[in-house]
Amino acid sequence: MEKVSKSALVIGGGIAGIQAALDLADMGIHVDMVEKKPCIGGRMAQLDKTFPTNDCSICILAPKLSECYRHPNITLYSYSEVQKVEGSAGNFSAEILKRARYIKEEECINCGLCVEKCPMRVEDEFDRELRKRRAIYIYYLQGVPAIMTIDKEKCLWFTKNACRICEKTCEREAIDFEQEDQIIKLENIGSIIVATGYSLIEDIDKDVLKNYGYGKFRNVVSALEFERLECASGPQGGHIKRFSDGKTPKKIAFLQCIGSRSDRVEKYCSSICCMYTTKEAMIAYEHDNELESYVFYIDMRAGGKGFQSFLRRGAAEYNIKYIKSKIAQITVDEKENPIIIYEDLDNDKITQLKVDLVVLATCIVPPQGIDNLAEILGIELNDYNFIKTTPFIPVETSKNGVFTCGCVHEPMDIPRSVAEASGAAAKAAEIIRGG
Amino acid sequence: MSEERNEEEIRVGVFVCHCGSNIGGVIDCKKLAEEVRNFPDVAYTEDNLYTCSENGLAAIKKAVEEHKLNRVVVASCTPRTHEPLFRECISEAGLNPYLFNFVNIRDQCTWVHMKHPEEAYDKAKDLIKMGAAKAVKLEPLDMIMVNINPAALVIGGGVAGMSAALSLSRQGFKTYIVEKEDKLGGRLNSLHKLFPYDIEATEFVGKIINNVKNAQNLEVITSSRVINIEGFIGNYEVEIDQNGNIRKLEVGAIIVAVGSSLLNPQGLFGYDGIKRITQYELEPKLKNKDLKAKEVVMIQCAGSRNDERPYCSSVCCMTALKNALTIKELNPDIHVTILFRDLYTPGTSYEEYYRKAREQGVLFVKYDEDRMPNVEENQVKVFNEYIGDEMIIAYDLLVLSTPLVANSDNKDLAQLLKVPLEANGFFLEAHVKLRPNDFATDGVYIGGSAKWPVDITETISQGYAAASRASTILSHETIEVEGATSILPEYNKSLCTGCEVCIKVCPYNAIKKNENDEIEIIQALCKGCGLCAATCTNKALVIRHFTDDQILSEIYAYGGE
Repeated sequence: MEKVSKSALVIGGGIAGIQAALDLADMGIHVDMVEKKPCIGGRMAQLDKTFPTNDCSICILAPKLSECYRHPNITLYSYSEVQKVEGSAGNFSAEILKRARYIKEEECINCGLCVEKCPMRVEDEFDRELRKRRAIYIYYLQGVPAIMTIDKEKCLWFTKNACRICEKTCEREAIDFEQEDQIIKLENIGSIIVATGYSLIEDIDKDVLKNYGYGKFRNVVSALEFERLECASGPQGGHIKRFSDGKTPKKIAFLQCIGSRSDRVEKYCSSICCMYTTKEAMIAYEHDNELESYVFYIDMRAGGKGFQSFLRRGAAEYNIKYIKSKIAQITVDEKENPIIIYEDLDNDKITQLKVDLVVLATCIVPPQGIDNLAEILGIELNDYNFIKTTPFIPVETSKNGVFTCGCVHEPMDIPRSVAEASGAAAKAAEIIRGG
Repeated sequence: MSEERNEEEIRVGVFVCHCGSNIGGVIDCKKLAEEVRNFPDVAYTEDNLYTCSENGLAAIKKAVEEHKLNRVVVASCTPRTHEPLFRECISEAGLNPYLFNFVNIRDQCTWVHMKHPEEAYDKAKDLIKMGAAKAVKLEPLDMIMVNINPAALVIGGGVAGMSAALSLSRQGFKTYIVEKEDKLGGRLNSLHKLFPYDIEATEFVGKIINNVKNAQNLEVITSSRVINIEGFIGNYEVEIDQNGNIRKLEVGAIIVAVGSSLLNPQGLFGYDGIKRITQYELEPKLKNKDLKAKEVVMIQCAGSRNDERPYCSSVCCMTALKNALTIKELNPDIHVTILFRDLYTPGTSYEEYYRKAREQGVLFVKYDEDRMPNVEENQVKVFNEYIGDEMIIAYDLLVLSTPLVANSDNKDLAQLLKVPLEANGFFLEAHVKLRPNDFATDGVYIGGSAKWPVDITETISQGYAAASRASTILSHETIEVEGATSILPEYNKSLCTGCEVCIKVCPYNAIKKNENDEIEIIQALCKGCGLCAATCTNKALVIRHFTDDQILSEIYAYGGE
């Protein structure tokens, strides 16, 4: 194959974006990857395990992160955003805003000395605000690129003109308070792939979860929060304790379709919750074999490879009880134990169940900033504000030369995101190679 | 090589990974790393929270340089996912990648002995002792370069195969489609409409077939099947039987897109093909507007999600909704009742489709696996989970939503390609999560319902995905493949008696006799599985990277000489 002069632009550095970039790069096509966060990895980096094999998520993701970072055909722009796109299929140009980290990237070796000395405690976004990080930080432990970032909004130097302790501790003189945002212009882009993933309903509207006690009762958490609690590198080191009294929960209720399949919030199905809930319950049981789990659901949706047997194993070996039901209300007793009031379809009666912890399978929503990005790219969104795709060709957007993959156009699991990512890469390569 | 090694002091570095709590939560990795330091030839050890993270990799490189390490052992998860990463890492540190040894103390130790941490610790220590002893004996090897023929074979001319072939041909690769029927289109030729957009299947597939016919670089060979496959990544020779004529194709990559089959419904819920039919038999009736029934009952999961076929076929709920809506469109007065267990309509447009069916008056009754519907001549008795009572529903047409099943001849193709099938007979991909369209065998890819039942939308994206994966190989003139292969070293040639047992046991057809009647191993074909060396009566064959010397050193390290 001849060396091609056109490159590809991949927006989003989660598992979908990474797979698309790696495929294109392995075809010999240059890829510019743009990731908004300080590190690539996306949602998958936040997960403890992945269904249905219960592989450790970061363990199978980490080699891909490294591969992406080291690949000679991939240029990674992390902590960056696409600001402007012009041109058409086969010949786009783009402007990237590369935000200042206030760190000399080539000097920082992620030794962590600066983090120890930084006096500012800030809510940790990666850990779903379940713990504090410092104002100088690495986005997450295994993050790539493995370099620090200074949070300008919270740093004492930028907010109060004081401190600069990090600068003094850094032996490599990697701190650079004078650094400025950069605009990077990219030309000769043949195709663009949008893979910016998803947000969760609690990120955009916590109020809709009030009915389920979220934000009101301390022992009600969201599924992604629970995922972080289960994770060894998470805020509780993998030893799940409830927030009211630090007690290890012995009885957990998992509530499905929170915000999904609902007339009041989002009508669609979030696709992945039935499976990840079973996984979360299994992992919690592995931590503590006295655990009882109750899954309250409408339909158990398990169509993928090995999914049905996963559910069967959950029920048979992990003490998970599946209850088809409608949740009426959640309240708490004087010890803050959540009480679930539901209609049991087996005996048609309103029943109560007292548990130690409630985990909400909250709805997947389009990623924050999707409207703006769609406008920049000139692509259409669908009725639910996900990216609109061509019927039967889920990787094609409304604009020629712009492709998509993963949850940014519909909620889906990792294997499907990865398959679509490769699919989008194939379509992008067709244009770049002039086919 | 051996002289060189005598001069060089062996310095092994051992990196013990906590793997978060996967290992570190069961055993004390810090203590282990310290104890391991006392093993012979071990010059340096450390423990890392995640050795595979950028920090861990940087630590390995730093230690290689600072401590002049010339062998590296990582004790962690599994070589299945992580060996390439660590090999590349030490290669960047200036060492030959084969001077790396993986010790699996997670999958084969802390995971299986989670409840016995003390014993797990001792076992991990033994495993590392053995791994370090083997590392001492490791020798540098080179990867093997192979040329790539930039052409592809797609087996199957359904929508998956056509999507894959179209993308490859548009990328400039010569592509062949081999289809066993006399025309392209596969399953779509026999369907009426396609959910959720309700367009005519034949019209949709017709457009794709037209694109295939007009594509450059793309040749379609119908009424034909693959009868033999020889070769290896980049260099396959495939024999095709087209109505008795044998044809040979040379390609660099192969895509499996053979689709799936329909379940034989005999014996299910009184199936008779007339009054009690399958969804697939209903489709032509709807297409011809030839529906006399007034009371239609559909049963979901007919023959699936049971002990015999424990999987969800994932397309049947949407198929039932589509056909129910089509019936309602033909005549809104026809009653349609769908008996289901869990309605499978994930995502945005499918859930919307489900709502539409409810709005159009389709009735849904949930039944439980333990209380299956009882089909009588003109009525179905079903225990309705919602009302907690038995319902009797009259019907004049009963439609069974039967699952897609694996093709019965998948086994033959799997054998030709040397790729595995899973328990239900579908093809098994390299990794269900992260390599959904690869096989473990390089150069062979998979897409569509040959792998697992999927709808048209997902089939098409998987077709493209398989094309992308193949393109990552076909885009190069040469690639490097595994160097840990079997050889007949010059100094062992006199040991070979020419018995040919190795030729018979080799599952990859990698061994043959050359013109001088000597055993020859085609390096690019050899996977280093070791069968030949294990069966060689005179110990003439050597598996590089798994030599007798290396294996014995592990055994001695464990049990003493």
